[in-house]
Amino acid sequence: MIHFVVHEEGDGVGVVVVEGVKAGQQLNGWIMEDDKDVNVTAKSDIPIGHKVALKDYRPGDTVIKYGVDIGRVVQPIAKGEHLHVHNVKTKRW
Amino acid sequence: MDLSKASFWGYRRENGRVGVRNHVVILPVDDLSNAAAQAVENSIKGTLALPHPYGRLQFGADLELHFRTLIGAGSNPNVAAAIVIGIEEGWTARVVEGIKQTGKPVFGFGIEGHGDHETIRRASQKAKELLQWASEQRREQRPLKDLWVSTKCGESDTTSGCGANPTVGNAFDKLYPHGVTLVFGETTELTGGEHLVAARCRNDAVRKKFQFVFDRYQEVIDRHKTGDLMDSQPTKGNIAGGLTTIEEKALGNIQKIGRKCLVDGVLDKAETPTGPGLWFMDSSSAAAEMVTLCAAAGYVVHFFPTGQGNVIGNPILPVIKLCANPRTVRTMSEHIDVDVSGLLRKELTPDQAGDQLLDCMFRTANGRLTAAEALGHREFVLTRLYESA
Repeated sequence: MIHFVVHEEGDGVGVVVVEGVKAGQQLNGWIMEDDKDVNVTAKSDIPIGHKVALKDYRPGDTVIKYGVDIGRVVQPIAKGEHLHVHNVKTKRW
Repeated sequence: MDLSKASFWGYRRENGRVGVRNHVVILPVDDLSNAAAQAVENSIKGTLALPHPYGRLQFGADLELHFRTLIGAGSNPNVAAAIVIGIEEGWTARVVEGIKQTGKPVFGFGIEGHGDHETIRRASQKAKELLQWASEQRREQRPLKDLWVSTKCGESDTTSGCGANPTVGNAFDKLYPHGVTLVFGETTELTGGEHLVAARCRNDAVRKKFQFVFDRYQEVIDRHKTGDLMDSQPTKGNIAGGLTTIEEKALGNIQKIGRKCLVDGVLDKAETPTGPGLWFMDSSSAAAEMVTLCAAAGYVVHFFPTGQGNVIGNPILPVIKLCANPRTVRTMSEHIDVDVSGLLRKELTPDQAGDQLLDCMFRTANGRLTAAEALGHREFVLTRLYESA
């Protein structure tokens, strides 16, 4: 069962595509572009559509998705945690 | 899907364009004329009023856009004939003259000096004639290249970028080589991925024009913003769906133009393209505004990918909705025409998803009503550039 998808190898986040992911759960991921598998243990409850961090981040780091910069980290994020508006902000506007 | 001999059944209009619907529209020039237009719609069953809140004391570029949008909507080949009603005869005549260029039947009525009752009586009499005339128009088989297809996504979430939007991209990549006229837009919603669109422009002239309209819209944001636009762009719904920044939203959005199509030209709002290919229209990212501008530009079928479940439709442009979010597909199934959630379970390949969308496109073009049409979604929303005088 696929719990999250990753656009391409090198992306630092996965998108949860099932409902009800809980902290502690082993998650199976699919890297769509490269058709590879990847795994991570969830450290937060993560709603469907929301992102799971695939690496540790420090404030100031850049988050890569689709192989492109999608914003800057403003709070530390551990691999497996929920990555969203509380810890990542736009670099534009 | 082999599209080399693909065709659809459409209504060939006087100017050679082909529509997939056969509406007789009652088009108000201004807010004051909505009541009369809707009274005509009520009186002559089967006509379609297009009420909207604007059209008074507009000026300059904003007024030009108002006329271009109304004339474009009336000229759309999904419209067989039009009745135009305005508070006075001058601007009414301007809209009538614009639509008349297509060769289709169009008649205008000014309210001043007559009142609503007399206007409704005269307009209804003509609307009845037009409706009966339109009812004898017949669909004929037309080549795929006669179809104009627009796209814009809405209430997107992260599943849009990995499921529904790439499905549109797959379909666009398949339509493009067959001379179909395509369009995408949403200028601010390319922010963070504008370099990818610029790289896809056919030549430097197109690239320069694209960059100019992109930069201009960024200046609008900079001039009026009071924060980082969170809750507006991305919207609250986008954020609830997991989209974190405008950059992330933009990169998902851009999946709609596929991987092979080139951007062949740049259009102003509601401007009609001059040839086949993929066009970029400078436009708002608000769903109903953008879809209305596509209708006014002459597009006849629309692909609308959604994640969290936007329910939009348009009175004259059939809006096909597709979704890859399994929760939305389950909880809002009545709004979804094409379920591509299997993409995220590896049960569906992008190629199969694209084919499913194309299949729905042909069925829609041949006359099948979309979910939005069946549910009565008729969002006709005019874009404003600034205050009225």
